[in-house]
Amino acid sequence: MSDAPSAHPYIPNSVPAVRREMLDAIGVGSVDELFGSIPERLRVPGMLDLPEPLRGEYELRRHVMGVLDRNESCAERLSFLGGGCWPHYVPAVCDEIVNRGEFLTAYYGDTYGDHGKMQALFEYASMLGELVECDAVSQPTYDWGAAAATSICMAARLTGRQAALVPASVGAERRSLIEGYCEPWVALETVPFDARTGLLDLDRVRDAMSEQIACVYFEMPGFLGVIETQAEQIAELAREAGAMTVVGVDPISLGVLEAPPRYGADIVCGDIQPLGIHMHYGGGLAGFVASPDSERFVSEYPMFLIGLGTTAVEGEYAFGEVVWDRTSYIQRGDSKEYTGTTQNLFAIAAGAYLALVGPDGLGELGRGIVQRARYAAERLEALRGVRAPVFSAPFFKEFVADFSDTGKTVAEINRALRERGLFGGLDLSGQYPELGQSALFCVTEVHTKTDIDRLADELEEVLR
Amino acid sequence: MTLRPFHQASWNEPILLELSTPGQRGIIPPQIEPELTASGEDPLAGVPEVLRRSRAPQLPECSQPQVLRHYLRLSQETLGNDVNLHLGLGTCTMKYSPKVNEELVRSPKVADLHPSQDDDTVQGMLEVLYRFERMLCEISGLSRFTLQPAGGSQGVYANARMMHAYHAARGNADRDEIITTIFSHPCDGAGPATAGYKVITVYAGDKGYAEPDAIRHAVSERTAGLMITNPEDTGLFNPHIDEIVQIVHDAGGLCHYDQANANGILGITRASDAGFDLCQFNLHKTFSSPHCSMGMPVGACGVTAELAPFLPVPTVEFDGSRYRLEYDRPQSIGKIRAFHGVPATVVRSFAWVLSLGAEGLREVAETAVLNNNYLASRLADVPGVDVSFAETNSAHRLEQIRYTLARLQAQTGVSTLDVARRTADFGVASYFPSHEPWVVPEPMTLEPSESYSRADLDEYAEIIAEVSREAYETPDKVTSSPHDSTVHKMDLEQHDDPERWALTWRGYQRKRGATAGARGAGS
Repeated sequence: MSDAPSAHPYIPNSVPAVRREMLDAIGVGSVDELFGSIPERLRVPGMLDLPEPLRGEYELRRHVMGVLDRNESCAERLSFLGGGCWPHYVPAVCDEIVNRGEFLTAYYGDTYGDHGKMQALFEYASMLGELVECDAVSQPTYDWGAAAATSICMAARLTGRQAALVPASVGAERRSLIEGYCEPWVALETVPFDARTGLLDLDRVRDAMSEQIACVYFEMPGFLGVIETQAEQIAELAREAGAMTVVGVDPISLGVLEAPPRYGADIVCGDIQPLGIHMHYGGGLAGFVASPDSERFVSEYPMFLIGLGTTAVEGEYAFGEVVWDRTSYIQRGDSKEYTGTTQNLFAIAAGAYLALVGPDGLGELGRGIVQRARYAAERLEALRGVRAPVFSAPFFKEFVADFSDTGKTVAEINRALRERGLFGGLDLSGQYPELGQSALFCVTEVHTKTDIDRLADELEEVLR
Repeated sequence: MTLRPFHQASWNEPILLELSTPGQRGIIPPQIEPELTASGEDPLAGVPEVLRRSRAPQLPECSQPQVLRHYLRLSQETLGNDVNLHLGLGTCTMKYSPKVNEELVRSPKVADLHPSQDDDTVQGMLEVLYRFERMLCEISGLSRFTLQPAGGSQGVYANARMMHAYHAARGNADRDEIITTIFSHPCDGAGPATAGYKVITVYAGDKGYAEPDAIRHAVSERTAGLMITNPEDTGLFNPHIDEIVQIVHDAGGLCHYDQANANGILGITRASDAGFDLCQFNLHKTFSSPHCSMGMPVGACGVTAELAPFLPVPTVEFDGSRYRLEYDRPQSIGKIRAFHGVPATVVRSFAWVLSLGAEGLREVAETAVLNNNYLASRLADVPGVDVSFAETNSAHRLEQIRYTLARLQAQTGVSTLDVARRTADFGVASYFPSHEPWVVPEPMTLEPSESYSRADLDEYAEIIAEVSREAYETPDKVTSSPHDSTVHKMDLEQHDDPERWALTWRGYQRKRGATAGARGAGS
């Protein structure tokens, strides 16, 4: 028993007198008797070696905040980092909703205890379904990479084929996720992108297409920012070969870009982090998968699927798990893919975000982002030795700028920018050496003209 | 004790898409400066017509107060751990998530960090990740941890991948079988299955846990490893666990200890004490981070020094003055989750451990076990409620118990699902019966973590006792429940019927008609 001076605030029954009475009710003399099933040889000798506790909330907050204060956040600095996690404005209402204690501390409650949570999650899927024009939308998976990997595996099971085409323009981070996950099930064949346009090499797609290919996967926009203008032709090539088309999307682009099924996508996936979710050092990511709602497709989803239904009372809605038996909670060692706790709180945020923004707002957002990004590329292109955008294809919110002719490395440039309070573009020289000293710049609705001008002006100084 | 009169909030809130009023706006996006649009040029020039949105997405059009009100009504219709005695969710370790930790992670110093920022600009975050890794090493006895897996299942999957990489590096890729047990979490089978393994499931012996002989029978030269939860869902600690580990090791396999729920053993016994090679802790369970409607999880994976080269990249290193991310790890399995997992959750758990220290952690375990056994003593006299394996194993359970209501069902016709639904009428979320398959008939799994007071436990026991009384006296009241919850009894079959299931509002409208069940715009 602890000899602490006072009861711990998080542990009601740490009061010695209460513990004594509870032990009496159980009929044992000490707490240690309750651990009788753990053999002595397996016991920790003495106490763990951990830091002295900070039992007071003030001391704890001061200590941890003191550590965190060493971080420089994108709220304090002007950042142009994207590449898989992006700075977008988070409406105050989204934060208010996800910080509600009921949502924050709910878990596996069901139809009755957690009706509101289930409804919010169903509504999230419903609104995402409107964006991608799909009747089936999963509850979240871990991130875009997990969503893409699962989509590719689903396509493999649906077609009975074991290979897939993936563009070389998928970033290293996501590629590692997809490759590692698919490795036992689907052989991935890399399709190069055109060095001038940034688009998939269509001839290579055509050549690689065969009866072994389950699907072609591509992104809209891609990791390197490019809008894949040949999307319809790629999907057509896949269809002719009996393969599927899997498209990864940034959902915030879907106010201006077409719903993927309209240009031939069979399965749509992506990440909802842009929709009202803070970046959280990458923790804000959450993946989704969408498809037609048929028994054939739905049976292949590993994730939670929440369904709207009715109750014994006329006109009353209730929610349940759709085809629960397909999940790894039932299938265990016979599972096709595992599932578990993922990122549901962020699905609630994304739903609220889409409801706030609405159809007109999403279009305005998309147009505003493209305009800002284009302006940024123009400003950078005007700098001596800088080429931006590197690719000729249209882009959405990210573009590649090449600094090779400036005689400076991206690392050097970014270090100098950091000293001036800016986080420059993502250094691509490690993962795409063929692009030379290039960086991926991300510009969204959070960037004003003044911000972009400041980036260009500071860059000019740094490159001088 | 008199039970409180209760009725859950029931707003009959329409589906949000039904609340749309054309023209309403919930937020105005940042406006574009006129200079950027002065040229009049179409910003989407170059995008083929076929890729331009042809029909605006059919999102609802709602004002800001309407959206807020809708979601806050839904939050009221949700019984999170902040609101109810959530101890019915056995295996989930529902516990208090300190509010001060929420303040920490809402700070821009956490919320607005980009994962690709230079290490020099995230020294605080890297320090938290580094120091918390050291804490978990001490708590588990293992050498290194990755905090990247974003969930317990993903952690188990990551460990299966590391096992695979370990054997492959030794030229033993033909080891393609993983052994698990029936009372381990389902992901201990599903994770390795996803990684390509054949999974062998060992059933429990008379005592309620896997016997060494059963493991001996399951191992072979094909064995890559064992993935086992202990204490298992039954709350029984397998006292032969080190012998089982030895059997698997002798066969050339590795052993993963599923410590998703380590609430009853913190500071009492460690993965290393039983000889394990790998383990995983769920920070959203044992380590107090909020469960986030099933979100923001971390499955922290620990390994021995021998397995450390296979950890996902990056790891966090410290040279005494500066923290940095290390990507140059040639034997790494690569990425398991994008970037660094869910670091906000690590911040919360770091603060939680700091608030407790070694003695506090031990007190958590002791109190969780005390609470569990106290609740069991209160339920001992409730008709129809029994402890599984009680006849063959008299050992005290640790942090949870799988009860069986088989007797109640046989005597009254009332099932455990009926009882679970009925408890919702008393202000507690329906309890978790059991993972599948139901080896224990008519199961009920309760886990009263350290966060509940004696009075809370008394109240919960009285609710179960009351429903038991009803089952024997007025069974219809239980089988037709809930009566005072947000909604009434739902037919489960509609969610297995392709003609009726509806994953989205558009799907619902297509299958059940545009006006089916609709109440029209209210609010």
